[in-house]
Amino acid sequence: MTGFRAILERDLRLALRQGMDSVMVVMFFVIAVVLFPLGVGPEPNTLARIAPGVLWVAALLSVLLSLERLFHNDFEDGSLELMALSPPSLEVVVLAKVLAHWLVTGLPLIIAAPVLAILMNMPADGFALLILALLLGTPALSLIGAVGAALVLGSRRGGVLLALLILPLFIPVLIFGVGAVEAAIGGFPARAPLLLLGAIFAATLALCPWGAAAGLRQALE
Amino acid sequence: MDQFKGASLDCLRSTRPVFRGLDFDLPAGGALVLTGPNGSGKSSLLRLMAGLLPPAGGTLSWNGEPVAEDPDAHRARLAYLGHLDAVKPALTAAENLAFWAQLEGADPATAVGPALDALAIGHLADLPARFLSAGQKRRLNLARLGLGKAVLWLLDEPATALDVETISRLRDLIHRHRDGGGMVAVSTHSDLELKDAVNLDLGQYTVSAARAAAEETAA
Amino acid sequence: MLNYFANPRRFMKLSGILTPWMAGATLILAGAGLYLGLFASPADYQQGETVRIMYVHVPAAWMALFCYTGLAISAAVGLIWKHPVADVAARASAPIGACFTFLALFTGALWGKPMWGTWWVWDARLTSMLVLFFLYLGYMALNSAFDDPQRGTKASAILAMVGFVNVPIIKFSVDWWNTLHQPASILRMDGPTIHPDMLWPLFLMIGAATTYYLWVLMLRMRRDLTEGRVRARRQIQAEEAGA
Repeated sequence: MTGFRAILERDLRLALRQGMDSVMVVMFFVIAVVLFPLGVGPEPNTLARIAPGVLWVAALLSVLLSLERLFHNDFEDGSLELMALSPPSLEVVVLAKVLAHWLVTGLPLIIAAPVLAILMNMPADGFALLILALLLGTPALSLIGAVGAALVLGSRRGGVLLALLILPLFIPVLIFGVGAVEAAIGGFPARAPLLLLGAIFAATLALCPWGAAAGLRQALE
Repeated sequence: MDQFKGASLDCLRSTRPVFRGLDFDLPAGGALVLTGPNGSGKSSLLRLMAGLLPPAGGTLSWNGEPVAEDPDAHRARLAYLGHLDAVKPALTAAENLAFWAQLEGADPATAVGPALDALAIGHLADLPARFLSAGQKRRLNLARLGLGKAVLWLLDEPATALDVETISRLRDLIHRHRDGGGMVAVSTHSDLELKDAVNLDLGQYTVSAARAAAEETAA
Repeated sequence: MLNYFANPRRFMKLSGILTPWMAGATLILAGAGLYLGLFASPADYQQGETVRIMYVHVPAAWMALFCYTGLAISAAVGLIWKHPVADVAARASAPIGACFTFLALFTGALWGKPMWGTWWVWDARLTSMLVLFFLYLGYMALNSAFDDPQRGTKASAILAMVGFVNVPIIKFSVDWWNTLHQPASILRMDGPTIHPDMLWPLFLMIGAATTYYLWVLMLRMRRDLTEGRVRARRQIQAEEAGA
């Protein structure tokens, strides 16, 4: 457990010192959402109709954008192989790094989301559910993304490749995330999609560190 | 007494055979110096010893037990030094080292200071690592060796980018480690002059692709 | 048994015998299936002649899933038991499966135009096929993204297994999404039972697609393995030139 805390603290400290990471991700999120009214037109009803989907898609892309760096720097400077050789198992290393990554990038997105929801004219009934669904969904995105980020280490054209690999795997999170918010806006019970999101989160928490560690092992061979 | 042994080890990089049928025996307090031309697999052997690279054949054993059966215990007893320095420019030298100390389960408050002093970089402790020279970064990476509990040191070209004085400090560090029953495997071009070291020339285990193909056809 | 086939030379020998048989079986099954499907079977009372697209569409969709399963199993075997032939089989399966998936999407669109009046609807099946197509593309892209082919093989094998676990989840989520957004007017495929005159050609075409897959798979694998030998030969030449 000390190993987990050590990695978490180091990654957070690094993000704090050199990091524009959080700011960049949130800025991308904001700009991506703002493009939609410009593209679709400012008509309030149309915007309200597409708001949950637009917010989720933009959040998904923001997470994707930040994922490439998850292991990349540590891989390049040799830290990753030393961590792989340190007493904590590689699965624990992955989990600590993903948690740090989520705190730095996922959490700011969730804080920014309600503000953007107002810009998108989203009905107020959906706000609580939007935050709740993002709280369950974005960690799952980070975990799934960790597997992809581990697999593309050291490849040519890492970024685009990462998008191609993991965006299809993001689809269930997107569907249930949007489903929860739309249910709340429409006055339906949002229990089912929320439970499904929770199940996805639990499953990714159990499986993805293992998959990412397998990916890292073969990258370090 | 601890003993680290390798028996008839084979190594493949991608599909290229690097060496075959390599044996080594490293007793407590022992030193193994790996020599051989470029591409003979010095780095590969060290990575194989560390467990980063699975051997294509043969076994590594610790006190008679196969290492592969308990990788957790193996990681806990080794310290590996590769080509890369693993130094984070945004952290100070002391913070860099404290992180590795924590990972190894050592107490950073007591371990970091002496470890930095052992390589004469104690005065740089609070300097962000981005201001360190290449040699100083190398020393900071070497300082990890002084942190803790690792019995088995695996050093890949540790003398690179070091001045004469630091090389002698490194030698002292290794001697003290071996006097305490530790063991070290080191690949080197420049002579580190370790006393009672066993020399392992990897050149004799090199396999040519032609031979590998011929054997495969015969199999 | 796996060990038996893991030997590349044994595989070359066996596949050398089997390849022409598979080719023959494909031609016969496809010939009979196409004749029965296109000429001897009746047109659908609702859909008319366009129903004949089914004889290509359904086998293609079936093969899209079949190939992905084959790919994932080969990848797992290659990764866990390090069987070189399994790695080659996984790599060789991907483009075939991707082609079948594309064919299923394409014929689906051709069929959708007369049936639904539009080339594409966000039907649950079409959508999950589309996602499967992306999974194939991702696998192939990762496989070829490394300078060291060994790394590409291992990384993409892990991806194939992750993808395989995900396919049912994606399918489920897309079904769920589709029932939420489904416009009521769309005609469902799985309506009344299929007439036996249509079933026979369908079975024959599915059989033809399967033997075609095995045929092309073996051809591709033989090519891959031969390329590996050529590479080894080159390495020897380079060494001799250097010595």
